[in-house]
Amino acid sequence: MALSIIFWILAVVIVGAALGVVLLRNVFRAALLLILSFLGIAGLFVILGADFLAAVQILIYVGAISVLLLMGIMLTREQQHGSPFGRLRWPAAVVVAALLVTIVMAVTGTPWSVGILAAPEPTTEAIANSLFSLERGFVLPFEIASVLLLAAVVGAIVIVREK
Amino acid sequence: MLNVGLEHYLTLSAVLFCIGLYGALAKRNVVIILMCIEIMLNAVNISLVAFSRYLGLITGQTFAIFVMTVAAAEVAVGLALIISVYRHRGTVDVGEVDLMKW
Repeated sequence: MALSIIFWILAVVIVGAALGVVLLRNVFRAALLLILSFLGIAGLFVILGADFLAAVQILIYVGAISVLLLMGIMLTREQQHGSPFGRLRWPAAVVVAALLVTIVMAVTGTPWSVGILAAPEPTTEAIANSLFSLERGFVLPFEIASVLLLAAVVGAIVIVREK
Repeated sequence: MLNVGLEHYLTLSAVLFCIGLYGALAKRNVVIILMCIEIMLNAVNISLVAFSRYLGLITGQTFAIFVMTVAAAEVAVGLALIISVYRHRGTVDVGEVDLMKW
């Protein structure tokens, strides 16, 4: 019961903040609302019993990605223009609304076979086993992800370097 | 209504994804478009973690970690591109970056 109330509060905060990101003209306020939305999603992870992911969400999204985005806003001063809508404003709204109705109908129409929920346990060890176990693990994707990160960081440095 | 189940999380995820998609399609400031892509990736993460909780499989959370990795790489490269374009053309409006358009 308490979890339901927390879910609804978090849902309202997340959706409201995301709408603010899209609808506000001020880029800086949009970024701050985006951080609020990330924090709300970390709260959702907590009530879903994903403790490790909640911590990672705060570290990576609230800590790192938000700072990168704020730096990007400050390095590209466009305060006088803000973030206007383009020509696709109304066509995109129609298409996205149709997509939303379709997804929601698919979600509510599918008979999910949800069993009795187990009590949440610490997930860090389970995630580590799932990532690194030798039979059904994700060792190769893990290594590829680390190479991808390295390549992305080196590429970012090369792109922004002054000639 | 008050008993929150898997459908509620999936619906919230769909709403968030559609908000992000709308922003990515309709906005003209490229930094805002990058933020909207982040919202879409987060929406996918919500449904992955909800599936992981309600179906009792930890693999969903493992996938969410990979999604976060890709999101971090995407933001780093995306902002580098934005800053580079801003330096050369003095704008972050996607309508005015039309060098490869014909």
